[in-house]
This record gives sequence, C-alpha cells and structure tokens, in this order.
Amino acid sequence: MKIAVCIKQVPEGDAHLKIDADGISIADADLATEINESDQYALEAGLRLVESQGGEVVVVCLGRDRADEAIRRALAMGAERAIHLNDPAFQGGDAAATARALTAAIERENVDLILTGLQSDDAGWAQTGPILAARLGWPSATLIMEIEPEGDTIKVKRELEAGWFQWLRLPLPALLTIQSGISTVRYATLKGIMGAKKKEITKVTPVDIGLAPDEVGAAGRKTRTTRLYVPEKTKGAEIIEGDAATAVATLVEKLQKEAKVL
Amino acid sequence: MAGAIWAVTESGDDGLKSISFEVIACGQALAEALGSPLEAVVMAADGSAAAEALAAKRVEAVRVIEDAALAPYTPDAYTAALVEAIKAEAPSLVLFPHSYQSRDWVPRLAAEVDAGFISDVVAHHIDGDDTVFVRQPYQGKLNSDCVFAGDGINIVSLQSGAYLADDAAAGDGAAEIVKQPVNLAAASRTEVLETFQEVENKVDLSRAEVIVAVGRGIGKQEKLPVVEELAEALGAQLAASRPVCDNEWLPIDRQIGSSGQTVTPKLYIAVGISGAIQHLVGMKNSGTIVAINKDANAPVFSVSDYGIVGDLFDIVPELTNQIREAKGTG
Ligand SMILES: Cc1cc2nc3c(=O)[nH]c(=O)nc-3n(C[C@H](O)[C@H](O)[C@H](O)COP(=O)(O)OP(=O)(O)OC[C@H]3O[C@@H](n4cnc5c(N)ncnc54)[C@H](O)[C@@H]3O)c2cc1C
Ligand SMILES: Nc1ncnc2c1ncn2[C@@H]1O[C@H](COP(=O)(O)O)[C@@H](O)[C@H]1O
Repeated sequence: MKIAVCIKQVPEGDAHLKIDADGISIADADLATEINESDQYALEAGLRLVESQGGEVVVVCLGRDRADEAIRRALAMGAERAIHLNDPAFQGGDAAATARALTAAIERENVDLILTGLQSDDAGWAQTGPILAARLGWPSATLIMEIEPEGDTIKVKRELEAGWFQWLRLPLPALLTIQSGISTVRYATLKGIMGAKKKEITKVTPVDIGLAPDEVGAAGRKTRTTRLYVPEKTKGAEIIEGDAATAVATLVEKLQKEAKVL
Repeated sequence: MAGAIWAVTESGDDGLKSISFEVIACGQALAEALGSPLEAVVMAADGSAAAEALAAKRVEAVRVIEDAALAPYTPDAYTAALVEAIKAEAPSLVLFPHSYQSRDWVPRLAAEVDAGFISDVVAHHIDGDDTVFVRQPYQGKLNSDCVFAGDGINIVSLQSGAYLADDAAAGDGAAEIVKQPVNLAAASRTEVLETFQEVENKVDLSRAEVIVAVGRGIGKQEKLPVVEELAEALGAQLAASRPVCDNEWLPIDRQIGSSGQTVTPKLYIAVGISGAIQHLVGMKNSGTIVAINKDANAPVFSVSDYGIVGDLFDIVPELTNQIREAKGTG
C-alpha cells in the first residue's frame, strides 16, 4: 500500500506565542516547533499499515526551510521519503490554497491512501483533508480511530460525539483524517535518526507540480486573516496571587466561604 | 449583498439539534446587518417536522432537501445534494454549525462550489464593507479576524455555543416551506456499517460532586499521584483531558469533553489543562471552577471562577495539605 501522510509543522503546545510585527502571524525567531499532534497519529497509522501490508509512506509537508526539522523527524520515525513544498509563493495560504498545492504534489505519486490530521493546532481549519479528497474526486472520512485494510476497500472507525462511533467502508483510493489517540505514537530511534539523513527529500515549487504561483499561498486564498490578537478578557477567573502557600490558603478560604463548596 | 443567506440545519435521532437554532440566530443577525433574506435549509430523508419548527422562526423561507439517500448521513450524498441546490439558487453566504458531521463534508462542498470557507467562527462584526468573522486559532489561545477575499459564494461554520439558540427570534407568521428538488442517483461511496457506543462508561462522572481533572501539564504518568492525592483529600473523582487518555495515562472513561463525558459537579479543579473548546464544552457548566496553570493566558481561565497561575507541582501538593487540614484529616 502506498500512503501519503500530510504533516504540518506547528508551534509546540507550550511555546510562547508572540505576535509578529505584521499583526497576522506568529514571530518565528526561536519558536519551538513540532509535528502537528493529529499528524503524528496519522503518520503512526500510516507506518503501521505499511508494516502489516507492505508498501511505503511518503510524507508531504508545505512549509518553509525550518519545516525540514519536522520532515526529518517523520523520516526518522520510518517514512520512506518526503516531498517538501517549499517556496515563498506557498506561504500565506488558507485551507483552500494549501489543499490545492498538496493535491498537485500528491496527484503525481499514485498513492492508494492519503492520511492527514483532523485539524492543525495552529490554524485549526479542520478543512484541508476533505478539500484534498474532493479535489482528487476521492471518497473521504474524518475523525478516524481505527483502520482495517480489506484489499480494494478499507473499514474505518469514525468518532462521533459523546462516546459514539461508527464503522464505515470506503473504496480505495481514499483519504482519511486521523483523530489523536488512534495508537501510541512511536519515538524515533537513534538508528532511525541516523537513517533519516540518507533519505530523500524532494523540494518542490509551484511550477514543479504544474501550478502557477498565483494559484497557491496568499495569492490563491479565498479568505484573509486581517488581525491576530490576544483575546480581550470579558469574564474570567479571579486570579489569586501570592506564593504557593498564600495563594492556596486564600483559595481554600474562598472555596469555603464564598463558593461554599468545601 | 446579492443572494440569500442560508442557514443549514442539522437533525439527529430526536429531530433538529439545538445548534441548528444557533445557526438561525447568527443568520438573523447577519441578514439584518447585510439586508439579505435569510432562508433555513433542512436536509433529511423526511424533513417535515424540522421544516415546521424552522418555519416558526423569523426566516424568509425554509428550503427542504428531502431524499432517502440522506439517511444515514454520508459525505457524498450531502455534498451532492447541497451542490445541486446551491447551483440552482445561488445563495451568497451559507452558514453551518461546526459539528462533527459538518467537518466531514462541508470542506468538500466548499471545494466543489469553489467557495471561501471560514470555519469554527465564534463571533462576527461589520466593519465598513467587510463582514469580519472571529476565530480562535492556536487552540483558542489567540483570536483572529478573518474576511472573505472574493465576492463569490462564501461559507461559514459556527462553533457550538458561540451563538445562543434562544436568540433565534420567532417570525410574524409561518414562513413558506419550499421543496428543493435534488437528484441523488449516484450512489454514495461510503457504506455505513454500524453506529454504536463503545462501552457503557464504567465510571459515571456525571454524578460526581467534586472532580479533579488533570491535563497534559502533568507531563508523565509517573506524576499522577500528585493529583490523585488531591482527589483523595477532596473525596473527588479523578478526570482528564484527552491527551492524558490518548497517552493511556488514565483510562478513556475518565475523559471530559466533546468526545468524552459532560459533567456539572459543584466543584471542578482543572490542573495543567489549557482549556481547548473541546474540553470546555464538557465542564463549563460546573458550579465552581478552579484552574491551576503556569500560563496566565491559558483559555481555561476564561471559564473559571478562581485561578492560580503557577507550577502545579508547587501548588497542588500545598492544596492537598491545606484541604486535609481544613477537613481535619491532616
Ligand atoms: C474533534 C475533537 C474532539 C476532541 N475531544 C476532546 C475531549 O473530549 N476532551 C478533551 O480534553 N480534549 C478534546 N480534544 C482535544 C483538545 O482540542 C485539546 O487538544 C486538549 O483538550 C488539550 O489537552 P490539555 O489541556 O491537557 O493539553 P495542552 O493543551 O497541551 O495544555 C497543557 C497545559 O498545561 C499547562 N502546564 C504545563 N506544565 C505545567 C505545570 N508544571 N504546572 C501548571 N501548568 C502546566 C500548560 O500551560 C498548558 O496550558 C478534541 C479535539 C478535537 C479536534
Ligand atoms: N502546510 C501543511 N503541510 C502539510 N499538511 C498540512 C498543511 N496544512 C494542513 N495540513 C494537513 O491538513 C490537516 C488539517 O489542517 P487544517 O485544515 O489546517 O486544520 C493537518 O492536520 C495536516 O495533516
């Protein structure tokens, strides 16, 4: 089974987010990054399928030079090779523009299955995967928690709200967006990290994948972010100050006397 | 604005979901601000009850897209149906709830009709000629203002709870109900095999009076005793955010949130939990909420009554001791 896994590099969960001078993005000097959480699970799911079915995982990432770090990590975990959509023209896109670029890059790979995360931890559109599938004319299913290959079809378990699930069957080729928790994500071993250095990363520009530069990135987008900002606190917690002992003493008193819950 | 605004509703086993009225409420506000007609849209195998409920609201019309192929839900059938309706009627703005179901097919729809799509919106305002939609990227840590870049058809999905279902105003009389014909001859490629609930929750947290919930801030499973001791001192149930369960540090039946349990204890203490919307929906109606987090900007503080900003490994053991003393068990 040949599988493409889309991975996005995002700020680490705990990273301090500083808004850039442009007012619409995050300043990226010294920004700690990681592979988007659900994409790590997508990669894990892809690697397990290849382990049981044979084939290869190709990771596909649209991002700047520094996304190399995320790509190397995916290769160290076991992906065979990578396509890096790296060109200034790719930058500043919304989900539609990003999906158009990813589609063009993956189309020429003849894969049986595409896995993406269910949503990015930074933009959080929850759109890119299904748009990609629609552009390819493939069936798709989202929020997938289990995958059972069955030859020309796959059976998948989809998460619904409040503890409900659904089993679905889709013909291949298909696209799935993966929900976190599908299986425990492996660590890259030292051997994997060494091996990754020799693996192939194909860097592509829009023209390389048959697109005009104005079809992707900021020029190709249909929505525009005009401002990124720290939300104004309308209502919020009373923050209790002081060192641990003092703050806790105040909290306990408030829970007893004000809230009357102790 | 040229065409109509459509508010696409969603139905479940018990009829219209309440998020449908949240979409109507937002649609009414936008219709008024933009001077466009608002139409409600029902998609179902049998949409008559839903259509009647919606016709009582202040909408220009209710469009009913009825076809046996719309039950059970599949992304192919829903996409094909709405693509056809949109091509026939050319609305300018189409609103959806940002539900598990709409996440599955509305991006496909956006691609097929070449629409701009701003998803998971929490508010809007009018700024000159622009309608500005507010989102919460970076897991709710920041806000962003977003506008459409083109005047073609545009799509917006609304975070659940962002608009109030009760704000959906009633109309003067019953709105006209229009049957919207569709031809769904092409079979859906997705076969729905079975819908089920995994296991009955072994632990029913919905009855707990006090809950101590732990998030990824705990760092690793070996550190869990720190919060277990607090729970014990309080006589509380221990609960968790999703990553804690994904990592199998605690069993899945302890998970709070949109894919876990919904709880309303008297006291909810969130330890090392950032407060992503999918967690908040499961606990925000608790009586008193306390958050302990080292990040003063963590979104969890916005739904909390009391907060302490600091390292949980300093604060929680101290809290455990003081609770024990207060209860005379220390
Ligand atoms: C469709 C969907 C469904 C989902 N369903 C659920 C669900 O049901 N339940 C759920 O919880 N999530 C759910 N999620 C995931 C959700 O979006 C968040 O990713 C998740 O809630 C984050 O968990 P967290 O707060 O524990 O971790 P993080 O977001 O990583 O936050 C960790 C927090 O700990 C703090 N911290 C770190 N170290 C310390 C320390 N030493 N002392 C104090 N504080 C510290 C950090 O400042 C941070 O705020 C769902 C997501 C999707 C897309
Ligand atoms: N720049 C990117 N490069 C590779 N994959 C991406 C990129 N942006 C989004 N994706 C994929 O699409 C998924 C959904 O992203 P989003 O639509 O932004 O929420 C992510 O989890 C990734 O798998």
